[in-house]
Amino acid sequence: MKSYKRVLALMLAMAMMVCVFAACGSDAASAPAASSAEAAASGDAAAAPAAAGDKVVKIGVYEPASGDNGAGGKQETLGMQYANQETPTVEIGGETYSVQLEIVDNQSSTDKGPSAAQQLVSAGVSVVLGSYGSGVSIAASDVFKNGGVPAIGVTCTNPQVTEGNDHYFRICFLDPFQGTVLANYASAELGAKKAYCLSKLGDDYSAGLCNYFKEAFTGLGGEVVEESFPEGNSDFTSYITNAKSQGCEVFFAPVSTEAAANIIEQASAQGLGMPMLAGDTWDSNVITGAAQGKDVEIIVTTFYQEGGNAAFDEGFKAYLNSDSTAMTNNGGNDMVAAVSAMGYDAYYVALEALKAAGSTDAAAVQAALPGVTYTGVSGAIAFNETGDAIRDTAYVKKANTETGAWDFVAEQKVG
Amino acid sequence: MSVVLPYLLSGISVGGQYALIAIGYTMVYGILRLINFAHGDVFMVAGVMMVYLSASLPLYVSMPLMLILTVIIGFAIERAAYKPLRSAPRMSIMISAIGVSYLLQNLAAYITGGLAQQYPTVPGISASVNIGPATTKVVTLVTPFLVIALVFALVMLINHTKIGMAMRAVSKDYDTAQLMGIRINAVISATFVIGSFLAAVGSVLYFTNYTAVTYTSGAMPGLKAFVAAVFGGIGSIPGAVIGAFIIGISENIVKGLEAMLGMAGINLNIGLATFSDAVTFALLIIILVVKPTGLFGEKATEKV
Repeated sequence: MKSYKRVLALMLAMAMMVCVFAACGSDAASAPAASSAEAAASGDAAAAPAAAGDKVVKIGVYEPASGDNGAGGKQETLGMQYANQETPTVEIGGETYSVQLEIVDNQSSTDKGPSAAQQLVSAGVSVVLGSYGSGVSIAASDVFKNGGVPAIGVTCTNPQVTEGNDHYFRICFLDPFQGTVLANYASAELGAKKAYCLSKLGDDYSAGLCNYFKEAFTGLGGEVVEESFPEGNSDFTSYITNAKSQGCEVFFAPVSTEAAANIIEQASAQGLGMPMLAGDTWDSNVITGAAQGKDVEIIVTTFYQEGGNAAFDEGFKAYLNSDSTAMTNNGGNDMVAAVSAMGYDAYYVALEALKAAGSTDAAAVQAALPGVTYTGVSGAIAFNETGDAIRDTAYVKKANTETGAWDFVAEQKVG
Repeated sequence: MSVVLPYLLSGISVGGQYALIAIGYTMVYGILRLINFAHGDVFMVAGVMMVYLSASLPLYVSMPLMLILTVIIGFAIERAAYKPLRSAPRMSIMISAIGVSYLLQNLAAYITGGLAQQYPTVPGISASVNIGPATTKVVTLVTPFLVIALVFALVMLINHTKIGMAMRAVSKDYDTAQLMGIRINAVISATFVIGSFLAAVGSVLYFTNYTAVTYTSGAMPGLKAFVAAVFGGIGSIPGAVIGAFIIGISENIVKGLEAMLGMAGINLNIGLATFSDAVTFALLIIILVVKPTGLFGEKATEKV
């Protein structure tokens, strides 16, 4: 009996060791395997230089694939992967390099993000793209700085991401702008005098955006009730009751899509009776899926409106339909998320920076980035002195609860 | 009253759902003196299974199937992770329980891809209903009655059947019960089967209200239910149920307190809703300081 137990214990221990090694192996092997498969798919032209010179430039993808923002992070990564499939090589200093995406998962968590970022720095990437979610971007900023790697924020809208540093850039608009657009919309279009703001405790994005919304909204003569919920909370019934009982006229909740799905469901069940307003995170098919067939009115501001660039939409949809994993990562349908368009643009901005640098050296790329300009599917991109893209347009969309799609409402500019 | 009612309803409903999980904690503790940390994750797995089963099967098949599978999982966990450690120090079993908890979470993360899944609509209890000034789901009203009925049945089982008598004997004195010819493994398995079944029922009620199911959605309800079990005096079933209702109601009242006071003309403006969990856990500390064994706890002090 005893020896049998010992054998069993030994077998278990060995099985664990095998698992550990398999995990290491797949980490190292999967990325090159993926890129070589892509190279093969895109024909001999792309495969030849990779085989001949083995010149590879690595672009880090620092995005969440699980946790609160997993759904959005996956869609943003899809945009980059599609761009990488479309243009798998880049001309740097007269030589053709094949581009390899190093993808890590920051798990939407500010304490796990830095180690994922460290992984990218160790892999020797020339530039990093990401992340979806401002909190994780701020958390990883110092890791990139110490590693000497420049980063391009894709859809992180909190000003603190780029403020006071030289290595973090960003291609989207900022929360002070977005908050103002939303407050203007709530006041002028919805005629609201009192707004309810719900944020997540300790979340830089929702707390920041609520703050800028509040500033702008009170500036327009409105009144704001502010509340926040703790991590891991899924019972929003009492917050909804609070909004109703205090006579608010608009429910502003720029929280993660995971919390949003719960909020929408409970708002519908409790008869919220006021429009719900949110920022770019809610521009996701998770939201339209949760809102379909429900009694809710949802309005968001975002970076890109499906139909903005027909060629991109068509190509991206074809890509999703040809790859079942990509389709699953996009939430099971081929709706084009704004974050995918932004991810796509971010990839090309990175290529422009590499071309301008004339080298794969991270420091050279960082030096070249401020001068990079690029006109992408989401509009023209040029950086100002803090490293933020100069943007003055946001798109307002409304969830259609019958078709489960977004309806375009307006294009908003703030001068 | 009309102001407090919606908060009370939310509290009673979520409290009932915590109660169903808390019973699993308290029963296992009563018999094995083990805090089964994997219990909250069994609850989550029940939710995840329901999402996947109902995608391909009609509800009248998927729901019983989910209940049966959850019971099997609870049973299998006990057999695989706790039974071989029966004679090991108690701490080892607890570490094993924590291991199972992480195993279940990571398995669920792998299967769901780390993303939130929408829980299916359960006809009958998903509909909205008006009670005076409050609008809520039918499930909110069903929960307390279902919980009371299930607890009543459970108490009957424990007090008036042979297996119930065996359970009471084992919880009184583990070794003597064994000497008296009670098949200890059968009793422990029965405990896990009952606990898992109630957690599965709880998951249907809970996720019908809060429809996003993720691999971490068992953590918070599990923790609150555990707190409820300690609150009521761990090892006591009525204690766990009452503790769960107190926790559910108090956290919702705290969330709404500022709004309620605001309507009464008192403006606090301190963001009390943010501290709903903190206030709940502070309440627990106060109760435990005054009454270390919980509301209905056993007298003997036990080190865990």
